[in-house]
Amino acid sequence: MHISLAAEKIIEIGPVAITNTMIVSWVVILLLSTISILVFRNLKEVPGKLQNFWEFIIEAILGMIENVTADRKKAEKMLPLVATFFIFIITANWIGLIPGFETIGRWEVLEGEKVLIPYLRPPAADLNTTLALAIISVVAIQIFGFGYLGFKYIKKFINFKGPIQFFVGILEIISEFAKIISFSFRLFGNIFAGAVLLAVISFLIPAIAALPFYGLELFVGFVQALVFAMLTTVFIYVATQSHEEH
Amino acid sequence: MESITSSESTRLIATALAIGIGGMAPALAIGWLAAKAMEAIGRNPEASGKVQSAMILGMAFAEAIAIYALVIALIIKFIA
Repeated sequence: MHISLAAEKIIEIGPVAITNTMIVSWVVILLLSTISILVFRNLKEVPGKLQNFWEFIIEAILGMIENVTADRKKAEKMLPLVATFFIFIITANWIGLIPGFETIGRWEVLEGEKVLIPYLRPPAADLNTTLALAIISVVAIQIFGFGYLGFKYIKKFINFKGPIQFFVGILEIISEFAKIISFSFRLFGNIFAGAVLLAVISFLIPAIAALPFYGLELFVGFVQALVFAMLTTVFIYVATQSHEEH
Repeated sequence: MESITSSESTRLIATALAIGIGGMAPALAIGWLAAKAMEAIGRNPEASGKVQSAMILGMAFAEAIAIYALVIALIIKFIA
């Protein structure tokens, strides 16, 4: 059995290599864009089934953001980013459970042994994808901070009021980088470990023993999407809090 | 059966220890969180929604540490 931490390259177009996770990411983007366009092409007062379903998801996410911020206007400003994170990540995770992922591929000889290079792999099982999402999230947090607090946001990091405040500022800068690492590795670790778990269980006892683990992966995929979106919400809320000194 | 070199066996032991020891503290943390959350819900069933959301958030942070340990274990095993 061959487990590869890095995503496997399928085609190389000149200097750019296309990995299997990239292909699946594009499929997810196409799928979500198609559904969105279908919903928005004719919006009705009394919604049809697809529009109803989409409205339910958006309202649920808006409610979750409002729970954190208690401010409807702020919640509506944060909604596009947070909802995109949630819907993209949950679709990317769940699409990786379709049979055929990590099993359909071509055989290659790597270091003397014959390994299977799968054509399909869950996008979040690639550190590049999760790192990209994490960087987008943390940069967006800073943009929201500057947007709501103006230039005073920099006082969170560079604060000369005293030695302790200066140190706290440095710690805050380090903490932002820790957020990038934490976001990316949490999502990567969960989804990659899930894919490896399914592969190992299926290797030991084909077909039947993997069923409860598919249930676990459905749950984990949902929870990781929820956690990514919620943590982004919470961090944006904290960043846009004005520090009213007593 | 081919014999494995001593460096290969050290790598296997290191992998197992990394995830084994690294998973202990997060497991305790998640258990504590759940216990306190259950206490809170028991005392105040009306606030169960808020307590549940806060609990899930806290568990995500605690689980992330276990995930870091798992990633290190995987790196040891598969990338030198």
